[in-house]
Amino acid sequence: MGAIRLEKVRKAFGEAVIIPELDLDIKDGEFVVFVGPSGCGKSTLLRLIAGLEDVTSGDITIDGTNATELPPAKRRLAMVFQSYALYPHMSVRKNIAFPLKMAGMDKAEIDKRVSNAAKILNLDNYIDRRPGQLSGGQRQRVAIGRAIVREPAAFLFDEPLSNLDAALRVGMRLEISELHQRLKTTMIYVTHDQVEAMTMADKIVVLHAGHIEQVGSPLELYSRPRNTFVAGFIGSPKMNLLTGAEAKKHDAATIGVRPEHIALSTSEGMWKGTVKVSEHLGSDTFLHVETALHPEPLTVRADGEFPVHYGDTVYLTPQADKIHRFDDKGLAIR
Amino acid sequence: MARRVTQRRKIGMTVLAWAVGLLIFFPILWTFLTSFKSELTAISIPPQFLFFDWTTENYATIYEQSNYFHYMMNSIYLSLGSTALGLLFAIPAAWAMAFSPTPRTKDILLWMLSTKMLPAVGVLIPIYLLFVNFGLLDSRLGLIVVLFLINLPIIVWMLYTYFKEIPGEILEAGRMDGATLRQEITQILAPMAVPGIASTVLLNIILAWNEAFWTLNLTTSNAAPLTAFIASFSSPQGNFYAKLSAASMLAIAPILILGWFSQKQLVRGLTFGAVK
Ligand SMILES: Nc1ncnc2c1ncn2[C@@H]1O[C@H](COP(=O)(O)OP(=O)(O)OP(=O)(O)O)[C@@H](O)[C@H]1O
Ligand SMILES: [Mg+2]
Repeated sequence: MGAIRLEKVRKAFGEAVIIPELDLDIKDGEFVVFVGPSGCGKSTLLRLIAGLEDVTSGDITIDGTNATELPPAKRRLAMVFQSYALYPHMSVRKNIAFPLKMAGMDKAEIDKRVSNAAKILNLDNYIDRRPGQLSGGQRQRVAIGRAIVREPAAFLFDEPLSNLDAALRVGMRLEISELHQRLKTTMIYVTHDQVEAMTMADKIVVLHAGHIEQVGSPLELYSRPRNTFVAGFIGSPKMNLLTGAEAKKHDAATIGVRPEHIALSTSEGMWKGTVKVSEHLGSDTFLHVETALHPEPLTVRADGEFPVHYGDTVYLTPQADKIHRFDDKGLAIR
Repeated sequence: MARRVTQRRKIGMTVLAWAVGLLIFFPILWTFLTSFKSELTAISIPPQFLFFDWTTENYATIYEQSNYFHYMMNSIYLSLGSTALGLLFAIPAAWAMAFSPTPRTKDILLWMLSTKMLPAVGVLIPIYLLFVNFGLLDSRLGLIVVLFLINLPIIVWMLYTYFKEIPGEILEAGRMDGATLRQEITQILAPMAVPGIASTVLLNIILAWNEAFWTLNLTTSNAAPLTAFIASFSSPQGNFYAKLSAASMLAIAPILILGWFSQKQLVRGLTFGAVK
């Protein structure tokens, strides 16, 4: 019901082309996450789908009908904004009921849906408060409540959790995932956060300067990045990308190896290096190691505690089967 | 950390604030006092401050000699009428400029405001002739239109700055939720902008109430508001300071009372929304 298809969609603001032609297929019920560096056009793409911006050219099909010219309300999509965008002069109840009231739904049905949404989102106790009297997390729930009562064809989220503190973010992330499991409605979710993208998505779309670098499941992107951009973008901490002599040995212009795929030793190994900054988290240890291979230090992750400090010598050994190879255009060699 | 203010400094500032306040308020106070003096006491030297024979005879005379309520009603018609008309045009204009700006929006706003820099006398003759030809001289309608036009740039500008403070995402949420353009303005924008609209209305009423150039030049009696009422008591012959003061008090009393009760809105209005 909530399949969305973008065909040759292009968006320019005046002279500035923000999205050069782009195609994308989103299946019904999928949880799709848009990631990419700041300013790459994630929000713009979401707003094009929502109808808040007009496409410069191309077509948007929602649920089998061409929605390119439809106004936002007619697209049967609900959006949750980063700033929550609640109506400050209305109670929580009125906020959630607003889209239903605009749709001309009868009072009894509105009340039923609003109290249902309030129950799902644990808003029962706040239902008569104004948004100004709620915490950030509660406001975000109201915004989600306002979206779900409409029973939309798809939900659009633009960095909905970025204004929340870390603990709350984890909680809301789980709530949204659970909501998706329960409703099975298509969701498109924009985020900066690696963890959100990896844990929530069925499908991640990596955007860069308005075009799609790669589309795939989180694990696909992690294990088979199509190019150096995706390789460097997905995964935290970032993959180490090496050029030069070491890459030549592997018949590639660039090789990449993730911090977690490098074995650490204080006595022997393939690459010798000096520890710069070391981050000891208890569960993991992250080392930044200076080597002769590359001007930048390499990042290495060790399980648990690895007792080395600034200036110590360590040896690194990459796992041979986890080395990614890229040609001189940055494309993966398979 | 709050800035530490010494007791001495606090007292100093308080005294200074009262002094400045008194200085600004003094003309009104003096007018008030003079209005209760006899014409003779009003011009006596040295001036008498409080200890004179208080009399209400000026007010009585004025009340007998002229039709105060006629003028007051005109002032009310003119200020309310021009303000209502102004809102009708300014709300959509400010909405458009705040929420779908074009590269020229700033220029248009500045241009509108710049018309206020034009000396009014410069267009007196053309407007006067227009009024003659349309038969609008000394009519309330004509004056309402003129006052509406001269204050329009200020209303638009003020509303624009208030609307600018409203996050656009809220209106977009409304659009996603199916609000039509009219519902978006009446159910989302207007309620959120109520404080801003209220101070705009207040300021505009005061501006229209005090406007003297056009009201004096385009009216004779029928549509003449309180400004004309005051002017009729300032004559070159004879000393009518006490009566003039009484007339002034009568003219500014309504607006003084309105201003007193809406100080908070007014401050917000005069600072163009800069103070939360
Ligand atoms: N209304 C507009 N007029 C002109 N340029 C715009 C407009 N909206 C966005 N842009 C430009 O489009 C580009 C993409 O913006 P967008 O907001 O989509 O980025 P984003 O990927 O969401 O970034 P972020 O992660 O920081 O939110 C930016 O360079 C921005 O300056
Ligand atoms: Mg964005």
